[in-house]
Amino acid sequence: MSETLTAWQLIASGDATLFAIVGLSLAVSLTAVVVAGIVGLPLGAILALTRFPGRAAMVVVLNGFMGLPPVVVGLSVYLLLSRSGPLGELGLLFTPTAMVTAQALLVLPIIAALTRHTVEDLWLEYREELSAMGVGWASRVATLLWDSRFSLVTVLLAGFGRAAAEVGTVMIVGGNIDGFTRTMTTTIALETSRGNLALAIGLGIILILLILLVNATAWGVRVWAVERAG
Amino acid sequence: MRAPASNLPLVFDDVSLSAGATTILDRICLTIGLGAPTLVLGPNGAGKTSLLRLCMGLLSPTRGVVSWGGRIDGGPERRAILFQKPVMLRRSVAANIAYGLAHAGCPRGLRAQRTEELLDSVGLSALASRPARRLSGGEQQRLALARALARQPEILLLDEPTASLDPAATRFVEEIILATAHSGTKIIMASHDLGQVRRLAGDVVFLVHGRLFEHADASDFFDRPATPQAAAFIRGDLVL
Ligand SMILES: Nc1ncnc2c1ncn2[C@@H]1O[C@H](COP(=O)(O)OP(=O)(O)OP(=O)(O)O)[C@@H](O)[C@H]1O
Ligand SMILES: [Mg+2]
Repeated sequence: MSETLTAWQLIASGDATLFAIVGLSLAVSLTAVVVAGIVGLPLGAILALTRFPGRAAMVVVLNGFMGLPPVVVGLSVYLLLSRSGPLGELGLLFTPTAMVTAQALLVLPIIAALTRHTVEDLWLEYREELSAMGVGWASRVATLLWDSRFSLVTVLLAGFGRAAAEVGTVMIVGGNIDGFTRTMTTTIALETSRGNLALAIGLGIILILLILLVNATAWGVRVWAVERAG
Repeated sequence: MRAPASNLPLVFDDVSLSAGATTILDRICLTIGLGAPTLVLGPNGAGKTSLLRLCMGLLSPTRGVVSWGGRIDGGPERRAILFQKPVMLRRSVAANIAYGLAHAGCPRGLRAQRTEELLDSVGLSALASRPARRLSGGEQQRLALARALARQPEILLLDEPTASLDPAATRFVEEIILATAHSGTKIIMASHDLGQVRRLAGDVVFLVHGRLFEHADASDFFDRPATPQAAAFIRGDLVL
């Protein structure tokens, strides 16, 4: 019980170590989501609009990859970036950049698959109307992304929730280096095993509050969007 | 500048349309030229909507050829369609019109003013900033009509445009349709309302079960129907 109290005290006192860790976690996960969004939103939209042989297989694989085990993604990126790997020259292993890369790869299928689903529903509705208005291909993608923007915000938030809560990839490619690549989740894992429960609990509390905040935002956006755009 | 090629006459040359084993339209031969509105008539499931989709070029015939002014490749640049169930974009009423204008090549600087004019012409000015999907069925239908008019089409296809309108709004929309026809747009329109057909039609295309039974001047169609099916339809009897 006393650890929980200490944990709250750490939070309340604005403990520097604790908030540095929170800051890094947020920076890594937010960057990863932005990167995954830049690739995943158009990718999902294009997949929704096009018909080509092998598309069904691609959709199935993409949906399956939503549940990709973080440790496997971490391992793959590790192999890519390790000294002897194909991208070893870059010296990125055990840096925040490596963590961003790994989390972006983890989240990309989630964003692309959910975008595909959202945009395809709208496309079925819009298809004839847009064809009749002579809307070109690139404009269709832009129109559909824009008109489903509120649903897509929740897609991005889902991606962020996943990135912020996972431990496997950042542990493997970040290396959990004190003051450099230590995130909320990896710190919780480490400090718990060391018996330093106060910091672990403090971070756990913040992590849960964050996840709640993300979900509340997603919900708020949806309600607001329905009210505004019908 | 070269004048854009005309879409008229619109010609169906032995056109059939099927989906799987179902024949939706069966060997239709039809020529539609400039003039007063052409009204497409027939019981539910006769193939009116399918015929309009072919006229728009949204569907390709399973056999036969549809041509516009002698061309078979014509893009939809100079045609517009008002669907039986129009789809509103998830945007404001005004933005729906502006979107149609943008994709009909209306210069950016003119769009705001044209949007206002079009909304005014269908009586929706007061609702300009509302989300389009929040409009009532009848308001949505009028918005979709304005969005179709935004294309300044040479052929305007209307699929039961007054089906969900009250009598006053119906009159109002009929006036818009007549004014559009007078300004040189060819109207091709599906309708169930015989009174409306009498008020608007120059000629009538009568379909039953995907087959063309009559294509005649409206007065001939009503006064001297050539087929028992048309006579029954005009009397309001079940058409077999
Ligand atoms: N894609 C399709 N697959 C199978 N059958 C279809 C398809 N599209 C239309 N049909 C059938 O073709 C027939 C004609 O449909 P269409 O919508 O053209 O009729 P309509 O004359 O517009 O009817 P209504 O007056 O009810 O609007 C109907 O029986 C319909 O069920
Ligand atoms: Mg119909």
